[in-house]
Amino acid sequence: MTFRVIGRVAVNVFKESVRDKVLYNLVVFAVLLIAASFLIGQLTAGQDVKIIKDLGLAAISIFGLLIAVFIGIGLVWKEVEKRSIYVILSKPIRRHEFVLGKYAGLVLTLTVNVVVMTAAFYGVLAVMHWKTDPAIRAAWSVSALDPHLLVAVLLILVELMLVTGIALFFSTFSSPFLSAVLTLGLWVIGHFNADLRNFDQVLASKPAIWLARGLYYVLPNFSAFDVKAQAVYGLPVAPGYVAFTSAYGVLYLAFVLGAAVTVFARRDFK
Amino acid sequence: MDAISTEGLTKHYTVGFWRPRPYAALDDLSLRVGTGEVFGFLGPNGAGKTTTLKLLMRLIFPTSGRAEILGRPPGDPDVARRIGYLPEQPYFYDYLTAEELLDYFGSLFGYGAAERRRRTSALLDEVGIGGERRLQLRKFSKGMLQRVGIAQALLNDPEVVFLDEPMSGLDPLGRREIRQLILQLRDRGCTVFFSSHVLADAEALCSRVAILAGGRLVASGALSDIHAFHVHGWELVVSGVGEPVLEQVRARGQALRVTRLADDRFALELPLTVAPERVLAELATHGGRLVSINPLRDTLEDFFVRQIAAAPKGGRMDRAS
Ligand SMILES: Nc1ncnc2c1ncn2[C@@H]1O[C@H](COP(=O)(O)OP(=O)(O)O)[C@@H](O)[C@H]1O
Ligand SMILES: [Mg+2]
Repeated sequence: MTFRVIGRVAVNVFKESVRDKVLYNLVVFAVLLIAASFLIGQLTAGQDVKIIKDLGLAAISIFGLLIAVFIGIGLVWKEVEKRSIYVILSKPIRRHEFVLGKYAGLVLTLTVNVVVMTAAFYGVLAVMHWKTDPAIRAAWSVSALDPHLLVAVLLILVELMLVTGIALFFSTFSSPFLSAVLTLGLWVIGHFNADLRNFDQVLASKPAIWLARGLYYVLPNFSAFDVKAQAVYGLPVAPGYVAFTSAYGVLYLAFVLGAAVTVFARRDFK
Repeated sequence: MDAISTEGLTKHYTVGFWRPRPYAALDDLSLRVGTGEVFGFLGPNGAGKTTTLKLLMRLIFPTSGRAEILGRPPGDPDVARRIGYLPEQPYFYDYLTAEELLDYFGSLFGYGAAERRRRTSALLDEVGIGGERRLQLRKFSKGMLQRVGIAQALLNDPEVVFLDEPMSGLDPLGRREIRQLILQLRDRGCTVFFSSHVLADAEALCSRVAILAGGRLVASGALSDIHAFHVHGWELVVSGVGEPVLEQVRARGQALRVTRLADDRFALELPLTVAPERVLAELATHGGRLVSINPLRDTLEDFFVRQIAAAPKGGRMDRAS
């Protein structure tokens, strides 16, 4: 496995997303949304900076999700469908390097995107901070420029990396539509995953409880990455929690990418 | 060592949703192509040519049998470094320019920036799209894409090139350029393996051919050794003589058929036993003039029609199961 080859593929994916202008549009949308949240802030007389923080983090998460899913499902599928895969696989590149390069390219795209959105987010917060009367500011429980928000953004990014991996995995063997449905389905389930653990209080039969337990452990636990509420209220998130959750994400990701590579390595490109 | 060899190479596809059954796209192909040969891989549409090339590129996996390129299994990156491949109707990343595409592929070979620039610019000029190097590929016509396809196949000065229907989709001028290019490659010592459904493409270029029909190898060797393609007569086109004179020639058995063409011209079909010079000399005494003369031989299509007629009953499905 050579990182040079993986890097080349990744850069090409990044170039594609830039040229296809998908990212520009989403960035513009995110900026518009944050601007709108700023307007809401005006309506509530600059009192509640929390609403803006809520909206900003939610927007970063949702726009990231849309990019991860809708570009992720097409990464490999498009190459197969348009037959550009024939030529690239005849070059000195192994199939797993190709898949990992595609993945790395989208993560690069996402990272740039999240960084831009976060910068815009803090920009809006900074404006709020300076425009608000110091007397009112003193009444805020948390500063508008609270760095805790970055912890939430970091975990959003880890979550997006995992979502991208899952979208890529599905797209190595199914149609884009099905991949999108499956990925979004897993994302939704993964956010209510914690409920599965408590099913033994609701369910009567033993097998059903085991099934719920099994699903709880197998399905990705996306709710773990969601510390938006803590961040908004300025509650500390333990460094150990961030480290453990990130490690969980990376481990799950390794498994998903391993599966994607395995499926892709055996495929016939007919 | 052979440049390419296959042994019993077979690919079955499963067709039919309700009653899946195997279908032999390629059946037991054994071939050897020597280093430096220009090898024509001929057959009508659906014969299994593309399937064979994809097997050699490891884009699909064989049901059974083996293949080797330069003594190594297909898909080996060391092999990939020494070969080039032009797929059928190639398509590339349309958001890149021709220059960027070749630069990208060059980087996969590990060439430095200066080396990539040098190769890219030389090749784009060579295939005749040097002027469009900064144009996004989405704006390229089919013929131009074919040229990009050839450029990328030659990027690494390959020892063996695989071209899947390189002349299809090109105008006569483009076809001639591809022929010249293949001959240049041969002169550089490169092995060329190309597929075509047009016999004429192979005649001018190939040292040897293999003919595939219905997934099976039906003939191989030098074209001159494949009996079906021997010249079996001549077609003369003449003008300046009337039908009665030509009718006499025919009545004497010196022409098999006389066809009236436009503008007072006639086509005469001569058997191989009659020397065209004699007929021409006689016609000249009646004021006849030669317009053209062509050897008559079976086309690939005639050959296939006869092959299929001669083949035992039963299609691919019987063979596959
Ligand atoms: N993916 C596939 N599934 C089923 N049959 C296929 C597939 N690809 C090709 N075939 C069949 O295999 C045969 C050989 O096809 P191909 O190799 O493309 O022929 P050629 O390139 O000589 O025109 C054809 O009959 C074609 O219909
Ligand atoms: Mg074909």
